[in-house]
This record gives sequence, structure tokens and C-alpha cells, in this order.
Amino acid sequence: MNELPQQLVNGLLLGSMYGLVAVGYTMVYGIVQLINFAHGEIFMTGGFGALTVWLMLPGGTSLWVALPLMIIGAILVATTIAVGAERFAYRPLRGGPKLAPLITAIGLSLALQQAVWAWYPEAKSARTFPQIPGGPIELGPITIGTGDVFLVIAAPICMAFLAFFVMRTRIGRGMQATAQDPDTARLMGVNTDRIIVIAFALGASFAAVGAVAYGLKYGQIDYKMGFLLGLKAFTAAVLGGIGNIYGAMIGGLVLGIAETMATAYINHIPGMQQLGGQSWADVWAFVLLIVVLLLRPQGLLGERVADRA
Amino acid sequence: MRHRSLLILTTAITAGALTLTACGSRDDKGGDAAGGGNSTVVIGLDAPLTGDLSALGLGIKNSADLAVKQANKKQYVKGITFKLEALDDQAQPSSGQQNATKLVADKEVVGVVGPLNSSVAESMQKVFEDANLVQVSPANTNPALSQGPKWNTGEKKRTYKSYFRTATTDAIQGPFAAQYVVNKAKKTKAFIIDDKKTYGAGLAGTFKGEFEKLGGKVVGTDHVNPDTKDFSAVATKVKSSGADVVYYGGEYPAGGPLTKQIKEAGAKVIVVGGDALYSAEYIKLGGAAANGDIATSVGAPIETLPSAKEFLANYKAENYKDAYEAYGGYSYDSTWAIIEAVKKVVDANGGKLPSDARAKIVEAMQTISFEGVSGKVSFDEFGDTTNKQLTVYGVQNGAHKPIESGTFGG
Repeated sequence: MNELPQQLVNGLLLGSMYGLVAVGYTMVYGIVQLINFAHGEIFMTGGFGALTVWLMLPGGTSLWVALPLMIIGAILVATTIAVGAERFAYRPLRGGPKLAPLITAIGLSLALQQAVWAWYPEAKSARTFPQIPGGPIELGPITIGTGDVFLVIAAPICMAFLAFFVMRTRIGRGMQATAQDPDTARLMGVNTDRIIVIAFALGASFAAVGAVAYGLKYGQIDYKMGFLLGLKAFTAAVLGGIGNIYGAMIGGLVLGIAETMATAYINHIPGMQQLGGQSWADVWAFVLLIVVLLLRPQGLLGERVADRA
Repeated sequence: MRHRSLLILTTAITAGALTLTACGSRDDKGGDAAGGGNSTVVIGLDAPLTGDLSALGLGIKNSADLAVKQANKKQYVKGITFKLEALDDQAQPSSGQQNATKLVADKEVVGVVGPLNSSVAESMQKVFEDANLVQVSPANTNPALSQGPKWNTGEKKRTYKSYFRTATTDAIQGPFAAQYVVNKAKKTKAFIIDDKKTYGAGLAGTFKGEFEKLGGKVVGTDHVNPDTKDFSAVATKVKSSGADVVYYGGEYPAGGPLTKQIKEAGAKVIVVGGDALYSAEYIKLGGAAANGDIATSVGAPIETLPSAKEFLANYKAENYKDAYEAYGGYSYDSTWAIIEAVKKVVDANGGKLPSDARAKIVEAMQTISFEGVSGKVSFDEFGDTTNKQLTVYGVQNGAHKPIESGTFGG
């Protein structure tokens, strides 16, 4: 059986999740040149926000009714934390040396992880996430699990919404202006502080949707889930060209497909048996990143300043 | 501009390094104290008390705690009060070694129970050996820990005389599973996956050997990174390989999602694994997909043993928050083995602990023999348990049910 179509779908699904999270890294970087390492943990808190909503609903509630509420809960929690982080952790350091907010972000990331570990009930090991009922959907050679359906629908909608928002709305144009030149943007009447808050909130909302997709896809969430996924999403953002929102989407997809292909095919290459398989997928993902950065330091879609936001 | 891309490149590489090492450590928690008595000695314990494997680790800790409480209550060793000091290793070899060093430094520690993971044990053995401190693991199953790195070529050699265990090794567990899969479950095409850890890779290797000897065909192999949760690419490989059974050498935090994703990909297989899949958490994480899966575990199910009745009743009476899980009985026996050895040494020394107690206890451990929760507890020339019983468990309606118990004859 030819497994290529299925593996491509696997890669696209994984990649769209990376893309959803990567958007948050890239938007914040585009506007304030800050690599927000706590973004992976904001993604994680979104997942726990959704789970909290589910646990508060009366038992037996249909997931179809609960899902919109869970998404709202996830977005609320993630956005609150992201905006709070911006206000209290990053804004006071904005004029300071570039490394100060970066280190703050790493500290915040650890703090959020440990806070959930310590205070969320039974979060010391993985918690199960509600599942969409029903068996996998078969489309010819491709099988899509019910847990993936949400991702298949949500990811393109989110991406289309973001593109529309940045290109067509007043706030979106304000974001582009701030990204190009914050001082001039301020002179032209753009409230840059507000724009920055919106960038953080928007990134967090996308991460929250990604976290709900993660829970549905894998059936569990845990306090560490944002760490590895956050690093991968950051990689995706750099791969696509950090600061460029289309780059984040493309970078996510490229990274997801690369990991899947590495798992599926590298150990079939003669002499490479030892270097294939899923445990090597991360290595190949970073080899790809380094090769791309050597050939195109600005990333796949970097330097198109007009789209930067 | 050049400056900025340099910053990005550096951060990207740092990120890569972080991903590949997945670092982390946390302060350890102190154990619980028991008061009174003339002379107090400490039994150390090392297990993952937080993190993914904490369900098993807490079961180990509670059971050891129970053994200590029982010994104190019964005044089992006259004039000696036992105290448990439990340290958390988070399943990390580096934390395990730090804990070992810490326990060795505490002069009151006379023996250590643990750890859960074979990889952690590897990092601790030398530390304990140098200090002549006895270590009894309730859960390590990798044969190399006691029989030396060349155990499978027949060149068995004990490396550490201070290391003992009450759990049966993978040298028996893997082949035992292979026999069941081929002879009883009638599956002959296996896809073998492991997590590259000491335990997982060892188990997968011993399963593969026996499976091929019995006429089974290995249609594919893969190694997974247990820190990620996306196994969709592996699941697709399993499906297209046409396997009818998947053997997973690894632990439940990755095993649960793995079985779920393999079955969602549409593969018609059962997932078989070792004692680290024999946990309620496996079924919780795997969901409905876990039904039909099989796990082998050491010993007979303790619920069925007459020797375990007292343990079960006492465990319940103490109202521990967490279940005793797969290794509770073995942990109780490991702790009790240390208590027995202390008793032997104290009795031989006229009711007092001798000055070279640690070395004497290591010697005494080799000769102890008593009826424990899991059956008769005694150790062979490698420090392995002489109790070689194993049980096959199947997942039915969301719970592990024993299918058959037996010993592996080779």
C-alpha cells in the first residue's frame, strides 16, 4: 500500500497545529522584536482553560454544545495571561536591552508551567481531554481520526481570518505600520501600545484554538505540552521567516511534513536505517532549519516587509 | 540586519538543543517521619513522585511507607525505629544519581528502595556500590543491571554486589509475551516499536528474539521519542506494514497515545507491551482504543494471592490517596527485605546496629528468605529475585484483567 498520501495528511495536520502556534511568535516578533518564549505555555494554559470549562459543564453535555464554550474559555484564559504578561512583564522592559525581555520570557515560561503543575487539580500527570465520538473517517487511501476533524476545519478558518484582519481592517493596517516603523506610526496617530496588546491577544487566541485542537487530537493535555510544541512552533516561525505571518503558516506546514516524511522514509534509504524513525524526526527538523537559515537567513518568506505584522 | 539574523540563528540553535535534551529538575520532597524508639535508621526511597510516571512512583512510595509503619507498629526489630525518606527522581537518571549521592551522605540510611526506571538505576548503582549501601528495586526489569552488559551472549557476570531486585527481568518478560502472542493469540506479523530507553529497548529486543524463534515475522521496526505525542506517522507505517500485532517496548505515557493513534489510523492490530503498560493510566490515555491490548507484568496478580490479603487490607486502612499500582506489592517486599536484613544484622550483633552496618546488611541481603506479598522473597547469585512468575493481562471494558499466569521455561 502506498502510504504517501496518508503521510502527507499526517504532516499537514501536525503542521497546521505548529502554524497556529507559530503565528503568535511571529506577530509579536514582527511588532516588538521580542521572541516570546512563554508563548508555548500560553498555548498550554489555553488547553487547561478549555478543560476547566468542560469540567464545569454538567456531566453528559454533548461535546458539540460544549466545544464552542470550551474554545471561548481557552481563548479567555490564554488571552488574559498573554495580555497580563505583556503589561506586567514585557512593557516595563521595552526600552531596555534586547536580552532582558527574552530572559523574562524564559522565566515566565517556567513559572507558568510550574504554576499549572502545582495548582491545577491532578495536573501532575497528563489529564484526559474530552473526545469527539465516532470512528475514523475514510476517504479513499486517507484516514482522518475524529479528533483531527476540528483541526482540519479550524486551522484554515483561523488563517483566512488572520490574513483578512491584517490586510483589510484598520487595526491590521495599524499593526503593519507599527511593524515597519513604530515611531513614525505613533506620529501618524497609531496607538502603538494598543497595537502591541492586540498582537499579543491575537497570538494567544490562535494558540488557544491550537490547544483545543491538540486536546481533541491526542486525547490528553499536560503541563509540559507547551514546551516542545512551543519550540517547534518557534522553529516553524523562523523557518518561514520570523515576523512574516504567511511565513509562520508555511513554516509550520513545511516543518510538519518534514518531520512526518523523515519518520516515514529516511530509514528506507540504504545506509540510513539507524538515522530514521520517529525518534530522529526532531533532528531532521532542525537540520532542515539550519540548512534553510544558511541558504536564506531571512527564512523562506522573510524580508517582505509589507506583509510583516 | 545582519545582527538580527545572528540573534535568531543563536536562539534557534539553543531551542534545538533544549528540545533534544528536554531538561528539567525539581526539588525533592522530604519523607514522612515516624517518632519514638531507641535508635532510628532511615530507609531511603527513590522513585518518580511527580511527572508522567508518578502514578507508579506514588504506589511504590505508599507501599514502602506501609512496610515501614508495619515494622514500627509490630516492633519487628527490637530497639530500631525505621523512617522512610522518599526522594523524587522524575524518571531522570541525573536526578536519580543526585538522590543516590544524597542518601549515601546521610549516615542514618541503611538501605534504599527503588528506583522505578532501569535507566535511573544504571546511574545510581555505582554510587551505592562505592558506599556499600544496599539497593533493592521493586520495578527494574533490565537484565543488564544485575547480570552485566553481556548477559544475552551467555556471559553473565554480576557487576554490583549491592544491587538487588524483587521484579522479574525482561530476559523472561519479553519472551514470555512472545510465546503468548504466537501460541495463544495466534499473531505472527509484528511491528516492533521502542522508546530507546534502557528498559524499552531491552524489552523489545528480547521479545523480537523469541518471536522470530517461534516462527513470527517482524514486518517493521521504529523508535519513538516518548516526549512528543504525535505518532501519526508511525501509526501510518504500522497500518501499511500489514502487521497484526504491535509490540511496544516503553512506558504508558507514550504507550497510551500510541495505541490510540495506531487504531485511529485504521490498523487492525493489538498492542502488546511489558509491565510499564500495566497501569490504569494506560487505559485512561488510550481510551476505548486500548481495549484488547495486552500487557505482561511481573509476578501473579497480587489480588489473587493469599499472601497479599494482609497487605491489601492494611493499604486500604491507611487511606492512601493513590493506588498501589503495578509495583506496590514488590515495593512492600523490597522494603521488608531491607527490614529483614537489618534484623539479621542487629540480632547477630547482640541487639545493636554494628558500626559497619551498611556492609553487613549487603551481606545479609544475599541470604534472606521470607514470605512476602508477592510470594517467597529471596535472591539468586546475581541479586535477582528467585520468584520468576509472570502474568498476561488483557484490557477488557476499560480495565486490565489477568488472562494467565506462568513461568517462562526458556
